[in-house]
Amino acid sequence: MAVDTAVRTGASPSGPGATITPATTRRRLPPWHNPWRHAWFLEGFTWLYLIWSIVPIGLAVLFSFNKGKSQSAWQGFSLRWYLTDPINSVLHGAVYHQAVIQTLRLSALTTVITVPLGVAFAIGINRWRTRTSTTFNFVMIVSFVVPELIFGVALFSVFSQLYTSIKLGTWAEVLGLVIWNISWPAIIVVARLVSIGPSFEEAAADLGASRFEAVRRVLVPLLAPAIFASAVLVFAGVIDDFVIVDLLSSSSATQPVSVLIYSTTRGGNNGPALNAIATIMLVVSLIVATLGYFAYRWMTRGERGANTQDALANITGM
Amino acid sequence: MSKTTPKARNTREQRWVWGLFSGPGIVTLIVLFVVPFYVVIAIAAGTLDIFESPVPAWNPLHWRAGNFTSIFGDLVGRGAFIGPEFVRTVVYVVIASLLSLVIAYPTAYFVTRWAGRRKVMFLLLLIAPFWVSYMMRMLAWIDLLQTNGYVNKVLGDLHLTSQPVNWLGGKASTVILGLVYGYIPYLILVLYAGLDRIDQRLLEAGRDLGLNRWRTFMRITLPLSRQTIMTGMLVTALPMMGDYFTNQLLSATPRTAMIGNLIDGQLSTPGLLPQGSALSLLLLVVLLPLMIYYVLQTYAASGRAA
Repeated sequence: MAVDTAVRTGASPSGPGATITPATTRRRLPPWHNPWRHAWFLEGFTWLYLIWSIVPIGLAVLFSFNKGKSQSAWQGFSLRWYLTDPINSVLHGAVYHQAVIQTLRLSALTTVITVPLGVAFAIGINRWRTRTSTTFNFVMIVSFVVPELIFGVALFSVFSQLYTSIKLGTWAEVLGLVIWNISWPAIIVVARLVSIGPSFEEAAADLGASRFEAVRRVLVPLLAPAIFASAVLVFAGVIDDFVIVDLLSSSSATQPVSVLIYSTTRGGNNGPALNAIATIMLVVSLIVATLGYFAYRWMTRGERGANTQDALANITGM
Repeated sequence: MSKTTPKARNTREQRWVWGLFSGPGIVTLIVLFVVPFYVVIAIAAGTLDIFESPVPAWNPLHWRAGNFTSIFGDLVGRGAFIGPEFVRTVVYVVIASLLSLVIAYPTAYFVTRWAGRRKVMFLLLLIAPFWVSYMMRMLAWIDLLQTNGYVNKVLGDLHLTSQPVNWLGGKASTVILGLVYGYIPYLILVLYAGLDRIDQRLLEAGRDLGLNRWRTFMRITLPLSRQTIMTGMLVTALPMMGDYFTNQLLSATPRTAMIGNLIDGQLSTPGLLPQGSALSLLLLVVLLPLMIYYVLQTYAASGRAA
């Protein structure tokens, strides 16, 4: 209290009728003695990190609109690398738009296969509770932590030695992406199942519902936000994926955007068309994320604990 | 006379339904995860035919250790040519992980404790890189690090360098920067989630009992986030250990090659698939303790949730 008064009187020494007394000559405490001061150093540090993490991406987007061929010096705005360049634009260069289409195709196919598979697996595993289910729950989690390169080597080996009727290419890529991503819906849905608990299904069973009906009419609606969040994650994850598709793609026709960027960035003479396809994929990802966010908010409206932060956490798989 | 309630009978009779639900997923895991790893072992333990294509040893009784012993010889023996790659991988990953932690922890800490009403805005900025593909983020740095790129321009304008530096010509520092830049968003998310779970009341209690800010952090926040730090380091270190693309894009010289580059090279060279398989398995065995730790953590976390 004494400190408080000293600070306050010290702060207004020239107030009307202020006379200098020994009490007010005590200097105002320096800011670092204020126990509730803001963490300016940490805030500055955070901003520096954010600038470092985001500005390079912004510049890469900017260079996709460059007038000249340089990817490192600005020469004026144009849509040359998207539309007008006769050889190296996304519109006219077959390599570029094929890669974009291939990425979207892989994302769509993988999401459509992985999400139902993973969700059904999660429901079965979580409610079955036998030795088989425990074992395969463990196998699923192991598949989640195996480094992607080792996973890719295994898939490459199996498609080149054992499942030889599936040639490297789109279907090998899709199957590889399915198994690589299946743990997302599985883990997310299991977490949600644990928090839902068995009481809703028991109530449904008491009211005469069969297992199937209970799942279809009670469990699936309750799981909808989790299912949806995992679909967003899988779709965006496939756009981001590199190792599996790199090892399982066969020719330039089955190369998605990530592999094309990888194989032509160094030494290639493509100009900012690479930045252009990367920007297109960035926009697709952002659209999926935004739609995902709003749909998630809509699905969880009125739920306890539903807020912006929770929705963001769920669609990023936190 | 024993009577079962309708509910109990229902539960017992229809258990097979759960098997039906998980069946397709289980088959997928067997066909696309368990079998492929068996094939890797069979190839690594097999031989080559005269056309240099691998002959997998399907029968465990016919497994040979030749590829494993030769890998081992390459690793530590005389004229060991993959030893440097192994050492380099460990050194790069350790430096990059520690660097990531030093950057990520204060950032995550600030956003959980100090962002106040701006928390959602900061969170959006933190997860923004998550929606930008890894390749695009590497492409961004390649643009910046060209000899005539902005990094050299800024350094030259500040008179820190007299002539442009060839950043992309095989510099270890560039590769480590790439690894940090590539994997740090995941680390920040893990740290953020972990720090956000710490009970605010514990910190208030610490302050009430007279601890200053620094000691509150050292004696409450840091000990409570130890587990999160370990998990976060694993989330970033495991993929870094198998990374070959960052290195290839930012350096592309054998001087900075990591174990992932070796495996990738062996995969695309005829006749070297058995060697590559054996090396992958070796890497897997080395990483196994880390993976087991991570799996147990995940299990423990789901147990707590239940």
